[in-house]
Amino acid sequence: MTHTQSDPSARFLSEGAPGARGVIVRVHPHDDARGALTVEELERRLLELGFVEGAQVEVLHEGLFGRDPMAVKLDDMRVALRRREARAVEVKYDEAGA
Amino acid sequence: MTEAVLSPTRMALVGNPNTGKTALFNALTGSRQKVANYAGVTVERKEGTLTAPSGRTINVLDLPGTYSLRARSPDEAVTRDAVLGRLAGETPPDVIVCVADATNLRLVLRLALELKQVGRPFVLALNMYDIAQRQGLRIDVEGLSKAIGAPIVATVATRKRGVDDLVAQAEALALSTPPGENTWREPDAEEIRAAHAQSQRIMKAFVRPPERPDTVTAKVDALLLHPVAGLVILSTIMFVIFQAVFSWATPLADGIDAGFALLGELVGQVVTHDLLRSLLVDGLIAGVGSVLVFLPQIIIVFFFILLLEDSGYMARAAFLLDRLMGVAGLHGRAFIPLLSSHACAIPGIMSARVIDQKHDRLTTILIAPLMTCSARLPVYTLIISALIPSRTVAGFVNLQGLVMFGLYATGLVSGLIVAFVIRRVFWRSASEPFMMEMPTYKAPEARNVLLNLWQRVAIFMSRAGRIIMPLMVLVWALATFPYPPEGATGPAIDYSLAGMMGHAIEPLLRPIGFNWEMSIALIPGMAAREVAVATLGTIYSVGDVDGAGGAVLQQIVASQWSLASGLAFLAWYVFAPQCVATLGVVKRETNGWLWPGVMFVYMFALAYGAAFVVYRTAVALGWG
Repeated sequence: MTHTQSDPSARFLSEGAPGARGVIVRVHPHDDARGALTVEELERRLLELGFVEGAQVEVLHEGLFGRDPMAVKLDDMRVALRRREARAVEVKYDEAGA
Repeated sequence: MTEAVLSPTRMALVGNPNTGKTALFNALTGSRQKVANYAGVTVERKEGTLTAPSGRTINVLDLPGTYSLRARSPDEAVTRDAVLGRLAGETPPDVIVCVADATNLRLVLRLALELKQVGRPFVLALNMYDIAQRQGLRIDVEGLSKAIGAPIVATVATRKRGVDDLVAQAEALALSTPPGENTWREPDAEEIRAAHAQSQRIMKAFVRPPERPDTVTAKVDALLLHPVAGLVILSTIMFVIFQAVFSWATPLADGIDAGFALLGELVGQVVTHDLLRSLLVDGLIAGVGSVLVFLPQIIIVFFFILLLEDSGYMARAAFLLDRLMGVAGLHGRAFIPLLSSHACAIPGIMSARVIDQKHDRLTTILIAPLMTCSARLPVYTLIISALIPSRTVAGFVNLQGLVMFGLYATGLVSGLIVAFVIRRVFWRSASEPFMMEMPTYKAPEARNVLLNLWQRVAIFMSRAGRIIMPLMVLVWALATFPYPPEGATGPAIDYSLAGMMGHAIEPLLRPIGFNWEMSIALIPGMAAREVAVATLGTIYSVGDVDGAGGAVLQQIVASQWSLASGLAFLAWYVFAPQCVATLGVVKRETNGWLWPGVMFVYMFALAYGAAFVVYRTAVALGWG
């Protein structure tokens, strides 16, 4: 990781395994997550799809190869994303699910 | 005055993807729909009309789905510009209908808040309201309506419920409310957060969460998205589609073939003028027939694509394949165009529109013609049955079948390699993110599937037809003029422009083992790959290659071509851009000659290189 979380108890969504649930505490892309986009653009796209502070997330599924991409439950909807972009989302996982 | 009152009202449908927006559009307009392109962009423009109970005509525009007016793809840019009333060549809508999935309101409320800033009157359609009721979801419609400042209508598009009410509300609103001031501008991250917070507050106040939330999707996903079982099921589904494309389509394709042969015969009897008859029968009817023969396969491919899309499985397939396709630098959704391309590259290239990102889409278009389309099969079949012995190798594998499989695999693998090279060498920019909603599973509606199927087939016919017809005439003219001199003994095509071109390129093709007959066959073969077989039939004067002539042609090829030449011809056909219709469609889909040019050059280079290597290797092995 080339950057750290703001909240020491938070972890990246990309680190979650199926079954892990928690609350999004920060949406904050860094250069290692952005790919072809600017960090600003990735942040807005994540927000528009519902990755926003306070939203409930649960990791549901992951791909066979490199455990990528991942499918998460995001409040009432299901969203697929790659782990690289998931590095832009910081989650405070529940004790049990972590 | 009456005229002014009854002038048509323009309504535009806006909404998140997967909200049943297209189903609502179908419920509103039925079959009174027109599909075209927006001026200057390859974005589908779907418009329909309906007559309101008041007698007024309402034009309905189905805009591409989006989560935000802040456009990220050409499709979404169309939605934004249409809503803002600044789309070139379009009149701004009088009223906007914002279509929402009643069971998934949070994101669409944020979109509705953006629409409110635009100032145009809008109605919120709470679609799939029956599902919300079944789940025990309570929505305070009145309160919600006040909070977003727009009337709300509950609808069930698939059962046409609430549709009349929606029309009445939208019409009344369009008449009573002039557009207000537009204060919308692209929101930054903080403004999106603020809008989320606001929609969250609205949700808390007026929507009570479901008592019996949907559990089916989670259970089905546990199986379909299982890392191993999911891939096995996906392969099975793809295998079934593949089977259907080739086995179900055969009787229909044979029927079309016979129909065009009969039509040609009838026209041939009626038209007495030799040249005109040749143009009609050998040029137009045979040419168009040779393309229409693929229509059954294309219908079957589109049918399965629609089923996969409407059920919600398509997003799952893209999820499962994203990593595998990603190795070659392709997007998970590229599998749809590539699967379609095994029937015909033209619908494959057209369906690449499902990929939002420009570079991902172009890469997919560029490799689509490398997939083994069915027009290659007659050529493969002729050469394989003439030159490859039908014997069993390794105990149980038929050698002919093995070669056929090898040709399919070569096409697919080289397509992936080309994609890899394009993404790693030419477009080294890091890839765009893969982020998408995975909708709740739904049983596809027969009516919607059939309506959309008809639409896609009609689009294929009109687009492909407009490109194919003139090309067929051109290729016919090349193969017909000039006429052979009096008393000529060789086949007429030998004296034509196509013959001259064949002879002219023959020296270039000699290093890869092609004789002059093969070289000439390539020229009319540009119309459609399988025409090369008919041309070889003409050159060797064997008569009808679909009938008895086929076996004769096979014997001639077996006795006159070396194995090395035959293999080189096969290698050529795996790669060569032997299809002007494909190039024409690429020009259309990419708005210019650059990409078809790139495709033509790279595919010819690959074809020549592959045929050269195959020929030289085969000669070295003593098969010359």
